[in-house]
Amino acid sequence: MTYSFNFMWLATYYPVIVKGILITLELTIVGGVLGIALGILCAFVKLYGTAPLRVVVATYVELIRNTPFLVQLFFIFFGLPALGIRLGELEAANIAMVVNLGAYACEIIRAGIQATPRGQFEAGASLAMSRLETFRHVVLVPALQRIWPALSSQVVIVMLGSAVVSQIAAQDLTYAANYIESRTFRSFEAYSVTTAIYLILAILVRQAMAGVGRLVFPRRVSR
Amino acid sequence: MTDFTLWDIVRNLLFALRWTVLLSLVSFVGGGVIGLLVLFARIAKRRFARLPAKLYIELFQGTPLLMQLFLVFFGLGLFGISVPAWLAAGVALVLWTAAFLGEIWRGCVEAIAKGQWEASASLGMSRLEQMRHVILPQALRIAVPPTVGFSVQVVKGTALTSIIGFIELTKAGTIITNATFQPFTVYGLVALFYFALCWPLSLTSRLLERKLHVSHRHH
Repeated sequence: MTYSFNFMWLATYYPVIVKGILITLELTIVGGVLGIALGILCAFVKLYGTAPLRVVVATYVELIRNTPFLVQLFFIFFGLPALGIRLGELEAANIAMVVNLGAYACEIIRAGIQATPRGQFEAGASLAMSRLETFRHVVLVPALQRIWPALSSQVVIVMLGSAVVSQIAAQDLTYAANYIESRTFRSFEAYSVTTAIYLILAILVRQAMAGVGRLVFPRRVSR
Repeated sequence: MTDFTLWDIVRNLLFALRWTVLLSLVSFVGGGVIGLLVLFARIAKRRFARLPAKLYIELFQGTPLLMQLFLVFFGLGLFGISVPAWLAAGVALVLWTAAFLGEIWRGCVEAIAKGQWEASASLGMSRLEQMRHVILPQALRIAVPPTVGFSVQVVKGTALTSIIGFIELTKAGTIITNATFQPFTVYGLVALFYFALCWPLSLTSRLLERKLHVSHRHH
């Protein structure tokens, strides 16, 4: 191997990388927050909704979980304009991530809710709480606490999956790598640097999720 | 200028579907073999075997599959080998699958009661014999549902190989879209084809899992 590595381009191109990191993080935060919200809504519908609504949510969840994110992204960005829905690349990327995480979060949260002991529902009812109140105060929070590690992993998976939004020209970290590669022809270096950054981001996102978990669920619920 | 009928689109996508299926099979089988090696290293007694396996898993689970594809594609090129897209796609997917299967299987092996290890050790079995005759047969039972479930991820993962230029289902969808200007229909069909591949696997995984839970409850 006579190839000599060269990282001098970093001095010129680091702003591109920083911008890419910020966009990847923005996508992850928006996707994470709205995706989990969508997941909670869908889990609620799937467990307590009317039959037609349940079918709609189940179809959504199955369709998303059994098709690649890349195809979902292409469908939203290239396909939806045929219906008159035009989206910018960042909007499309954001929507795709929310829709994708929503489906996975729905299944994870549903499993958490189903693991709630029956006594909790009865206790809520005996305090004259409505179904929605019981769900919100008694069922949901402990359920989320139970599945928080799984949900955190899913957010990390979605963050790593967001690398493909560069394919619709959303200027995320992978886009930055592609840009640098096309300017400097230092493909291996550009991709190894960005891969290392993704690894660090994955660790940071995991830590952040753990931090949010500690804030939201201050005391451990003993079961 | 020839017109594409719906059947033309479907037919061309079906041709490309072969490559998605083939790449998925190769990745799954290859990843399974290497994943078994990763598993053995990951649960080895010696630290110097465990640590590289752990790093390998962390690295492949903590970085985007797309980056892994790029690195294999351009990395192999550094050795002066001209790398065709299918080879880079296969190598990257095998390595990625191996990391995930290794970790899934480790969980299954560790779920086997400690007494099984001790009992087989007391019969004078070597570690390999313990694995072969006592641990793996039991771990296999609980490993099947998550393994089948992961195969869905492998099929979906092959879609990323379109980005380095391997012509499979997604890439064919892009090519056909560029020729027909019907992205809604084409990507809709592409999604349906993936769904047709993945959904049966998902259902099988869920069914097997339920069966396993039922049999556990009756113990």
